[in-house]
Amino acid sequence: MSDKKQFMFLNRRAPYGTIYAWESLEVVLIAAAFEQAVSLAFVDDGVYQLVTGQDTSGIGMKNFSPTYKTLGDYEVRHIYVDKDSLESRGLTQDDLQVVPWEDWETEETVDNIVEVVDSAKLAELLEASDVVFSF
Amino acid sequence: MKFAIQVNEGPYQHQASDSAYHFTKAALEKGHECFRVFFYHDGVLNSTRLTTPPQDDRNVVNNWMELAEKYDLDLVVCVAAAQRRGIVDEGEAQRNGKDATNLAPRFRISGLGQLVEAAIQCDKLVVFGD
Repeated sequence: MSDKKQFMFLNRRAPYGTIYAWESLEVVLIAAAFEQAVSLAFVDDGVYQLVTGQDTSGIGMKNFSPTYKTLGDYEVRHIYVDKDSLESRGLTQDDLQVVPWEDWETEETVDNIVEVVDSAKLAELLEASDVVFSF
Repeated sequence: MKFAIQVNEGPYQHQASDSAYHFTKAALEKGHECFRVFFYHDGVLNSTRLTTPPQDDRNVVNNWMELAEKYDLDLVVCVAAAQRRGIVDEGEAQRNGKDATNLAPRFRISGLGQLVEAAIQCDKLVVFGD
């Protein structure tokens, strides 16, 4: 296999209403097996994917939101959230899930890999990525 | 350049598959390489051989089949997305107890690892969809 690539999963849509968010997550989980450098970014309505306390019992859909907090176990090292998208929806980082991360070899730990960044920073991160999966 | 193509929308409802087809065809005609075309989300619906558009309309499924035939393209349909949407080949029909198959020739059903592998192997992943 070739050298590690910078993978960026760009999540732009609300968790329910369409299947994009759920099927994006499925790709992220599979990508873990390929040992790439995986980051996720949440923009626009995509920020709702990370909101805590989701309850889907009224719509007959599976609540897949608990999966996000396990992403640290799936080789995901960075999760970025667009500040403008968050603020324009009346949300703050306190409304979002906490995703811990641990390097099993070095035992380095990060309490929460979810990071709120501004659009300029996000643009830089996208530019620096080798592959952008857009969902 | 070596491209990988991802198609995220179904045929006719959305132009994504047409655009992906025209892009892939143009790239191949210019001498570029296409490592794989991966059909995901409703994009898997581009692979049913039962598609029957009016005669004066383009046939999106046949377009892909003919392009694949000419350039030996690897057309891969995501298995999980296909199962949800009723795209079935012989193996899937047996595994899931279905009495019919509808996967068009030149397409094959496989896993998401094929998308990730394509992204690793290609110079550029181009995603078509909303």
